[in-house]
Amino acid sequence: MTLLYFAWVREQIGRDAEEIALPADVRTVAALLEWLKGRGGGYARALEDLSVVRVAVNQEFAAPDRAVSDGDEVALFPPVTGGARP
Amino acid sequence: MIRVQREDFDIGAEIEALTGGNREVGAVASFVGVTRADAGGGPAITAMTLEHYPAMTERQLADIEAEACRRWDLTASLIVHRYGRLEPGDRIVLVVTAAPHRRAALDACAFLIDWLKTKAPFWKREETEAGARWVAARAADDRAAERWRDAE
Repeated sequence: MTLLYFAWVREQIGRDAEEIALPADVRTVAALLEWLKGRGGGYARALEDLSVVRVAVNQEFAAPDRAVSDGDEVALFPPVTGGARP
Repeated sequence: MIRVQREDFDIGAEIEALTGGNREVGAVASFVGVTRADAGGGPAITAMTLEHYPAMTERQLADIEAEACRRWDLTASLIVHRYGRLEPGDRIVLVVTAAPHRRAALDACAFLIDWLKTKAPFWKREETEAGARWVAARAADDRAAERWRDAE
């Protein structure tokens, strides 16, 4: 699985991408976030408050119960703040 | 049509390229987003950097544009979004919609910019004299986009 990190999630984790081998018992977005959090350090800090973390699986926004598998591209980032401020 | 680029854009040239010579078009609406210095009471913004997720940006913008074409009778539409470092006064985003009649052009243009701000994967880091910070998402943007959901 390819993991991508953006904005302050990237800064806290300290890298913008990595390849991981997904453990067999991690089958959903929620389980993936818990597993990553368990790595501690920057991961634990970045994922401390999941209400400000958004996830995309294969470039589509994904809910916590969305299934994930080893070939997926999963991105973690803050809520989007695009465009100009009105 | 969608374009994500670092460079500035020329509004007149973009509108001409999109609609010039098209005799179906009776109305062209445009929205231009501009970087501003006002930080809502905080220290003035000296610059900001827009980060994005290229593969997802293209996909989300294409989906948003396809949705606008389903809802309104549009002849043509264009979204140009910049990324990278921008200073106050710099243009950030351009939305152009062209239709046979004004209502479709105006409504589709407002719809596109409202959705773009909540769906397109861009993140802003503002620089001020007091330091730099990531901008938090605004509930007001979500409400502006929700307006269109209610209208369905």
